Amino acid sequence: MRSWPACTRRASCSVMPPSDGRRGADLTALYQDLILDHYRRPRNRGLLEHADATVTKKNPLCGDVITVQLELDGDTVRDVKFAGEGCAISQASASMMTQMLKGRSAQDIGRVAATFTRMIEGDSSAAADASLGELRALAGVARLPQRQKCALLAWSALTQALVSHG
Amino acid sequence: MTSLAPRSDFPLLAGDPDLVYLDSAATSQKPLAVLDAMREFQSRDYANPHRGAYELSVRATQRYHDARARLARFFGVADADACIFTRGTTESLNLVATAWGRANVRSGDEIVVTRAEHHANFVPWQQLALATGARFRIAEPGPDGLVHPDALRALITSRTRVVAFHHVSNVLGDTLPVREIADLAHDAGAIAVCDGAQAAPHLPVRFDELGVDFYAASGHKMCGPMGIGVLLGRRPLLEVMPPYMMGGDMIEFVHDETSSWNTLPHKFEAGTPNVTGAVGLAAAADYLDALGMRAVQTHERSLARTAHERLAALDGITVHGPGPTERSGVVSFTVNDIHPHDLATILDARHICIRAGHHCAQPLMRRLGVAATARASFYVYNDEADVDALLAGVHAARELFGHATV
Repeated sequence: MRSWPACTRRASCSVMPPSDGRRGADLTALYQDLILDHYRRPRNRGLLEHADATVTKKNPLCGDVITVQLELDGDTVRDVKFAGEGCAISQASASMMTQMLKGRSAQDIGRVAATFTRMIEGDSSAAADASLGELRALAGVARLPQRQKCALLAWSALTQALVSHG
Repeated sequence: MTSLAPRSDFPLLAGDPDLVYLDSAATSQKPLAVLDAMREFQSRDYANPHRGAYELSVRATQRYHDARARLARFFGVADADACIFTRGTTESLNLVATAWGRANVRSGDEIVVTRAEHHANFVPWQQLALATGARFRIAEPGPDGLVHPDALRALITSRTRVVAFHHVSNVLGDTLPVREIADLAHDAGAIAVCDGAQAAPHLPVRFDELGVDFYAASGHKMCGPMGIGVLLGRRPLLEVMPPYMMGGDMIEFVHDETSSWNTLPHKFEAGTPNVTGAVGLAAAADYLDALGMRAVQTHERSLARTAHERLAALDGITVHGPGPTERSGVVSFTVNDIHPHDLATILDARHICIRAGHHCAQPLMRRLGVAATARASFYVYNDEADVDALLAGVHAARELFGHATV
């Protein structure tokens, strides 16, 4: 049987990523310093002493698990923490999320969550919405259908926590 | 090392020369010979088998019969009627746990499995134990992370009714001594059930010599189509087992109050069978036998060994499972600081397909202390350039993640 000569059939033998872009090759845009920084130094990580709402969400596909805790003043988020483990995308998404919540109303947060979800699911107008701030660094996840759940895991816990309390 | 089978035999690989497919433990790519065989059957001999009183249906029946005989030969089964076609390993194991299990396992009995089982060879037995009141016992891995026969020996008693275990682990790639474990089970009066999903595609399997009572395999991991697999069983057990599913083909007579069952193998093949799948799987057996299953095993082991050694030589990489010379074509690993899903995404951008996750083996992952691993698996169409690409991809991922620390 004839075999293919080693390495001549593909461009990806070099260390440089292939440049044809057909599978969203430019991941440097996604795994950028901001996301990796949140992954390595997550903000608001830990547990609250007096949580008014606690929700844990798991992604059974990959074993990622995130717990979101809220301390509420009426329907305003006074404090938030998250715990759990997972990939850079799920952890960075959770960390960035917690930075945006303090002092905001459930209704306001619900709007941000809806916009963020639309961005992750591929809505380009949502990706251009300045109200998402730093979260827009995760826009590239829209091109990775198998990773969308990672980005949305913490938000799903947050939404349920707000609903369960409200 | 060049590939054992030419990439040009596999239309998907030939049409995508840049693709580095390292997920054959999940499913293998298909040779043209298999696709052609299915098309040829559907174009020439297609009808419902076992039913029609016309020549075309007789031809379809013959094709199905021939496919079974071919698979029996591939798996070293002298009694071809004891080769039951199923949808795959999962259905085969559920069939045994349900049909044999419900008829033979009682409260106070014991069922022994290993912690390294795929969910398909774990959950059906766990649920059988819950339904019958039997005790579910799990043989634990040793300090090396691998299950050894001694761990099973320690759990098997006169109360044991079933010992269910893998031939080759889908996570760690180690191989269990099937004959030895079958003897342990039989000495205690238990039956031995072997999950062969990761063995049948990769090494010679001679059912009649393995000594187990049931052996399950999937077609799609061995160059065949999805939706077809086999349950190999010992006739005396199959004869007395109740059926698994009821319907057409599996009955002898249907009275108002009772029914009687067809002979083997039909008793366990209710409904219109997947003849196209069976024909494709028979062609896959032809393809693999032409390569030689011994050669397939040697080829994969060589690639896995190279990948293992090169990965293990890098700082911050843990390769799980047996030593480089003892593993089948599966290499599970974790990279410090990089979650397996992030690694898989970065590799995907370089057209490298690996599996990331718990590999349908959550009980084992808990023991390994990881939520997920990355898994590269090799098959007949892989070559050393694929290992090079994997290593270059892992290197690039480390570079990408490394940038954030400065």
